[in-house]
Amino acid sequence: MSFVANDYKPEQPPPRKESGALGWARANLFNSWFNTALTLLALYFLIETVPPLIRWLFIDAVWGLVGPDVCREADGACWSFIRLKYRQILFGTYPFDQQWRPLIAMILIVSVALLSCIRRFWQPWMVGVWIATLFIYITLLGGGVFGLRPVRTELWGGLPLTLMLAFVGIAVAFPISVLLALGRRSDMPIIKAICVGYIELIRGVPLITLLFMASFMLPLFMPSGVSIDAVLRAQVAIIVFVSSYLAEVIRGGLQALPKGQYEAAHTLGLSYWQMQRKIILPQALTISIPPIVNTYLGLFKDTSLVAIISLTDLLLATRQSFADPEWRRFFVEAYIFVALIYWVFCYYMSKYSQYLERVLNTGHKR
Amino acid sequence: MSKQVSTEIDPKIAEAARHAPKPGMDNIIEMNGVNKWFGQFHVLRDINLKVKQGERIVVCGPSGSGKSTLIRCINRLEEHQAGQIVVDGIELTNDVKKVETIRREVGMVFQHFNLFPHLTVLQNCTLGPIWVQKRPQREAEETARKYLERVRIPEQANKYPGQLSGGQQQRVAIARSLCMNPRVMLFDEPTSALDPEMIKEVLDVMVGLASTGMTMLVVTHEMGFARTVADRVIFMDEGQIVEENTPEPFFSNPQHERTKLFLSQIL
Repeated sequence: MSFVANDYKPEQPPPRKESGALGWARANLFNSWFNTALTLLALYFLIETVPPLIRWLFIDAVWGLVGPDVCREADGACWSFIRLKYRQILFGTYPFDQQWRPLIAMILIVSVALLSCIRRFWQPWMVGVWIATLFIYITLLGGGVFGLRPVRTELWGGLPLTLMLAFVGIAVAFPISVLLALGRRSDMPIIKAICVGYIELIRGVPLITLLFMASFMLPLFMPSGVSIDAVLRAQVAIIVFVSSYLAEVIRGGLQALPKGQYEAAHTLGLSYWQMQRKIILPQALTISIPPIVNTYLGLFKDTSLVAIISLTDLLLATRQSFADPEWRRFFVEAYIFVALIYWVFCYYMSKYSQYLERVLNTGHKR
Repeated sequence: MSKQVSTEIDPKIAEAARHAPKPGMDNIIEMNGVNKWFGQFHVLRDINLKVKQGERIVVCGPSGSGKSTLIRCINRLEEHQAGQIVVDGIELTNDVKKVETIRREVGMVFQHFNLFPHLTVLQNCTLGPIWVQKRPQREAEETARKYLERVRIPEQANKYPGQLSGGQQQRVAIARSLCMNPRVMLFDEPTSALDPEMIKEVLDVMVGLASTGMTMLVVTHEMGFARTVADRVIFMDEGQIVEENTPEPFFSNPQHERTKLFLSQIL
């Protein structure tokens, strides 16, 4: 039997899927008796929980600026508590009449962060912008110059403190961790040993331990009269901690690259640093975006651990806001409010990382 | 193996290659008593090889015979442990500067192309000239476009490697090497990872390159290519050079038993 095709078959569109809401529901929710049961069960739970939640959150909630007695009468959430205490939650123990300063500082740092997300601004001078921003940030909070009243760092608190610990942590830990990851893969035995030692030592202890050591043990070793600022010590502890985790994440990306990339770079005569900068790191870091962002989200929320060395971060400031016995029972509202703040930042970071993955992925078709 | 033999070289290009400049008198590569081991495995055994300026050499042999390792030693992707390798008057040692100098003179094309997937075709080609040779970007791009034209894919300059076919990627890899103006080109099984239909487009480019008088060392099983352009064919087995001759007698009248066996299996 022989066969010869006498013509090519024309290209045809794929078969149309079952369209419409009903078709979709049948295909996805009711395609077997088990799935139908699950769907109905889920519906039941939603009907049971969502309407009461909405009623509590919005309809029965107290929105006006009223006292705790009015709230106690109501069935819903007491948002008047947030309206009364939001400045304490956001700024913690920072002097009340000076809170415009951290407010401006936060607007500044968030704006610069948003600008840095735009691809057009990925330029070397952006590093200078960040250093300047940080300088202004600390000056605004600390004062003591330009007629700003000095505010001791022990009084810094709330969201500005959390943002500073997180942003500076992210920015400073990143280059350190890249160097650690490269060092761990280095051929030079001493450099390799130092990097391995650092990473394994720091990864092996909880952040709380590091914070404790930084704030209580370090001063014991310091010569008398020399004291390092508490916020700075916490910041350093966070950077040290995160960079060890990040280093391993980046090393994972480095190892994912095929050997051929190194060989091709060598063959062109690129030096070690040129090769890392132009060929290896751009690819390794792109591969590592999801776990890097994972680490950053962890860092952002771990900043709340500085409460343990009595820094009033966002979470501790929140706890202090309902310390007042009259308002004690409205802690749920406070936590919802502060959770929303954390969530907005984390969700944005997560979304941005997905965008980054998309625009940086050239390995496949675009 | 029969598919490789059936790959015909474009007669016009082949004719040009036959009129290529004759090899010069100076040795551009000298290997004296080179030995190398992978662990306990003696992969290169007392290799002595001299390559003249403009000479085109095809290295063939069974897999594991050390032919890839041999040419990878020339730009120090592999380190030899004994003997001497001199490239363009510079001896290869652990001196990083010397190694980088030699790598600038020696281009290499790999079996798996090894293009940089995060850079466009044009950026792949200009990276070396801009960063290693410190040439201005405009000039580097002009050179790159010239070579992309030469390998017949000027229209792909702004695409990413992942968007090209295997044959196109390998031609970009050749253009990328040429952009560095190398004095020697090494090819490590450049067509082994390609579909039969794409082998020809790469071979045509290589034959075209041979007709410009480039010094070439090619590890390949493309015997059509060897017959057309090689000045010398080297046959390797078990880490040593077993037979070496000009193509005509090498193919029609091999001397060593191993060579006869090898040729009888692939021709």
